[in-house]
Amino acid sequence: MRRIVTATVNNQSGVLNRVTGLLSKRQFNIESITVGYTEKEGISKMTFVVNVDDDQKIEQLIKQLNKQIDVLKVSDITDQAIVARELALIKVLSNGQVRNEIGGIVEPFRASIIDVSRDSVTVQVTGDSAKIEAIIDLLRPYGIKELARTGITAFTRGSQKSVTELKQYSLLK
Amino acid sequence: MRAKVRAEAEPLRETMSGADVLIQALKEENVEVLFGYPGGAVLPIYDSLYKNPIKHILTKHEQGAIHAAEGYARVSGKPGVVIATSGPGATNLVTGIADAMMDSLPLVIFTGQVATNVIGTDAFQESDVMGITTPITKHNYQVRDAGDLPRIVKEAFHIATTGRPGPVVVDIPKDISNSFTDPKFDEEVNLPGYQPTTQPNILQIKKLKEAISESKKPVILAGAGVLHGNASHDLLTFAEEMKIPVTNTLLGLGSFPGDHPLFLGMAGMHGTYAANMALYECDLLISIGARFDDRLTGNLKHFAPEATVAHIDIDPAEIGKNVKTEIPIVSDAGEAIRKLSEQNGTPAESEQWRAHLSGYKKDYPLWYKEEKEKLLPQRLVELIHEHTEGEAIVTTDVGQHQMWAAQYYQFKNPNRWVTSGGLGTMGFGFPAAIGAQLAFPDKTVVGLVGDGGFQMTLQELSVLQELNLPVKVVILNNQSLGMVRQWQETFYEERYSHSLIPVQPDFVRLAEAYGIKGYKVSSEKEAAEVFKETMNNEEPVVIDCRVCGLENVFPMIAPGKGLHEMIGVKP
Ligand SMILES: Cc1ncc(C[n+]2csc(CCOP(=O)(O)OP(=O)(O)O)c2C)c(N)n1
Repeated sequence: MRRIVTATVNNQSGVLNRVTGLLSKRQFNIESITVGYTEKEGISKMTFVVNVDDDQKIEQLIKQLNKQIDVLKVSDITDQAIVARELALIKVLSNGQVRNEIGGIVEPFRASIIDVSRDSVTVQVTGDSAKIEAIIDLLRPYGIKELARTGITAFTRGSQKSVTELKQYSLLK
Repeated sequence: MRAKVRAEAEPLRETMSGADVLIQALKEENVEVLFGYPGGAVLPIYDSLYKNPIKHILTKHEQGAIHAAEGYARVSGKPGVVIATSGPGATNLVTGIADAMMDSLPLVIFTGQVATNVIGTDAFQESDVMGITTPITKHNYQVRDAGDLPRIVKEAFHIATTGRPGPVVVDIPKDISNSFTDPKFDEEVNLPGYQPTTQPNILQIKKLKEAISESKKPVILAGAGVLHGNASHDLLTFAEEMKIPVTNTLLGLGSFPGDHPLFLGMAGMHGTYAANMALYECDLLISIGARFDDRLTGNLKHFAPEATVAHIDIDPAEIGKNVKTEIPIVSDAGEAIRKLSEQNGTPAESEQWRAHLSGYKKDYPLWYKEEKEKLLPQRLVELIHEHTEGEAIVTTDVGQHQMWAAQYYQFKNPNRWVTSGGLGTMGFGFPAAIGAQLAFPDKTVVGLVGDGGFQMTLQELSVLQELNLPVKVVILNNQSLGMVRQWQETFYEERYSHSLIPVQPDFVRLAEAYGIKGYKVSSEKEAAEVFKETMNNEEPVVIDCRVCGLENVFPMIAPGKGLHEMIGVKP
């Protein structure tokens, strides 16, 4: 199961080490981690994407994270209405001829070309993981020179009313 | 003029060095004794200690210091406090920190560190103490400003001693110890990320009470959480009222009287037949302050297969970790047991079950083949029990002697049993006895050790010599790494690879070299005589007990086997 877990943490030195060390010590398989400041001074937010075998494992992960003194709150938000986004930078081989074709792919994804050189273009795309995967698939035939993804950052939507409805459209899980 | 006016308005606070602040902060925490070893990075701290003394035990190795602190903490319930220098001083503590983490012992450990301006440069005696200890501590700190010391020390003691106890490391760079600050000692602890639950949810308590009324075959598994929660007495009342048999984990021994009719003995790999079969056959398992370690459960497939499981633990992460739990109760053990007792409910209808288990106790007790000529190790433990009337504090190392002590020294009282359970640390037993003796100078403390493990930390004999601490070191000398030898006999067709140690120091003369009386005994009669003479006197002693070398610890659940698949049960 792929789960998205967020943790609010004290922005102390070593906190990232604490959390990642804990996850590896207990054999959790981390797909991505993002960390950044929040609206509150001294408080950061982490978003993990983890792969676990069953509910018992995810429960254990959340409890172990909660035990950390510098971890203030942990939530598995996978089944809630969430906004989850990641950003990818994709450097694609392109000469003048195919540049237009690439432009044609980029546009419907509301991605943008942010750097152009003689033999490549760099595409920046944001969205949920499925969208990122989709554009990568479409660009792959042109030859991807370099790819960098940030991993997902996420939080719950302002309104949780129509959870079930929203879930159907969720591309995650 | 102005200065004087200020002094009257508020008492003029002197500026203090970080090291002075640390020692003062320890006094604010009522620390009675420090276990430590000096070195470059803690020189300022030792200098402050010289001027503002707290009793300090200078062990001969940092590992000795931290195991002594563990022994002190285990029997006294107070935090054990350790100081070591940076680099090798700190890394010498690692085994003890990991041990305390596994067995939930409250320790506060202060390590020196190189000065902040050279951290990260591989400076002389630098080691990444934060990195090394993060996975084996409840929490750790590196002090970056001397002004933070009072708060950090207060938080460290708070974290170490509350909730599920554990070790906390405070790493102090040398320049921080030397820098000056205007300390404030009166700040409250404010840790929003640390709010342990100590009160049980009443709905869950009701649910458990109903489950007890409905159950025909209930059993209580009591672990060290009962001891940490000071709940032995509550447990006794509750078990008697509800008529529920009780078994212990290795670390929970002493939380229930060893001679009580409801007591089944220890459970687990070397547990009694009655205890393990009770866990196997029960219909309701009430685990209190135990964490379902694999040495306790055996193969999880066969662990309490028929039972509704109720798990009371102060650490929510232990609940459901290894065993599926129907009634989870996050709480301090004492609070939960008292709430259970207050809650209305009829006792279990357990007459048949208790009679059934009594049958197991009678038909399949712990046993060994008696041999009058030889000194049997099991008998040795019984002799220690007899000569201390079951009232001694017993510390052990790890191996066969540890299991025999757990099986045959029937503890009557809580907090008299000190052993390394989770980490299984050889070298623990003897220094732990020193710590226990310092906590209770007037009690008989027996450090029961193997001839192997004793040689890992025996240099601490000099502490006994220096302080004339009346610790009774009893070496169960089977001239082998007995537990390793037993496994090689059982699972490796008697290929005794590096487990026999016929060449040994003369332990009697070794003791004498430290100015301590030494004895060697080879028969029951000799052992009894020496125990009679030494167990209750006020001197340290080392007794080299030459026991029959080929005895094995039974019964046993082989690795991978279930609770009901014990071997070596009394025929
Ligand atoms: C530090 C450490 N190293 C190795 C072991 C593995 N080990 C477990 S029991 C044992 C044998 C202990 O021998 P001894 O101290 O003589 O005790 P006995 O089993 O003979 O009572 C060993 C080597 C351990 N538990 N701890």
